[in-house]
Amino acid sequence: MSDPVVGILLSRVRVEEKLLLESLERRGVRTKIIDDRQLVLRLEERPDLGVDVVLERCIQHSRALYALAVFETYGIPTVNTFEVADVCGNKLLTTMRLIRDGIPSPRTRLAFTPESALAAVEELSYPAVLKPLVGSWGRLISKVNDRDAAESILEHKDVLGTYMHSIYYLQEYVRKPGRDIRAFVVGDETIAAIYRASEHWITNTARGGVATNCPVTPELNDLCVRAARAVGGGVVAVDVLESSAGLLVNEVNYTMEFRNSIETTGLDIPARVVDHVLAVARR
Amino acid sequence: MPSCPECDAAVSVGTDAVKGEVVACPDCGAELEVRETASLTLALAPEAQEDWGE
Repeated sequence: MSDPVVGILLSRVRVEEKLLLESLERRGVRTKIIDDRQLVLRLEERPDLGVDVVLERCIQHSRALYALAVFETYGIPTVNTFEVADVCGNKLLTTMRLIRDGIPSPRTRLAFTPESALAAVEELSYPAVLKPLVGSWGRLISKVNDRDAAESILEHKDVLGTYMHSIYYLQEYVRKPGRDIRAFVVGDETIAAIYRASEHWITNTARGGVATNCPVTPELNDLCVRAARAVGGGVVAVDVLESSAGLLVNEVNYTMEFRNSIETTGLDIPARVVDHVLAVARR
Repeated sequence: MPSCPECDAAVSVGTDAVKGEVVACPDCGAELEVRETASLTLALAPEAQEDWGE
């Protein structure tokens, strides 16, 4: 194959997309921005994108998911795949893959009514964590400290939420040392990791968590690569909790943000992503 | 220099700006999106929705 053309599927050019575009440009790779807002996919026909591979960078999970479904059906290589987007975009599906592959993760319960959800919280014991199945940046995640809070939150979700908010995904609250770990996996390697420290129990950098470099130990690398494989592999960010029982995989993100991690880790993360994308195009 | 559609302040946008890029208004802090690069046009960026994220 001659030099591949890389399509970037997006609607918003954030810092990460700018860095990826700059990295591609420095390598002399031809790129094409595919704006998901202008996309009309004629489902009976192979999309004529004029690219050899699509790097998915949508900010909206639903757009990413359905565009990838179409591209993949027509054999257009994508990073990440539909499977990875589907699994990582849904916390329940992620948890089931982690359990399937024997990867340690927080104890989790699924319930479908406020009453059964309350029973699940009581079984996990307080505090517990209630999360929406779809969502990011720590939004709408609740730390449920007692029964009063549980009853209140469950009633609010039942009455005010869409049907998706009446699927109750509950986890044990993991006491962590004021930080968690965000590890970046590209292919079969954990290329870098950061600690995200916060006085708040939510440590996302989008919510003010402070990033510092985290050494990638063989244990961390092995755990994160296994987690990445469990969800389908590719380019993912794995969130890891340091519990008293050892490392637990909390979540896996498929359109990873890394703006706070390049300087922190000293690694050219976009360059490593580009390497992977080009390798996928040449397969 | 384009102006902020929210507060009308002048917003400096780099020459390497691309369509879809998000910039912040230095005065009111609104998130703005570059709609056109030929003649720089800014619009308010969409508010985050439920399925936005990583």
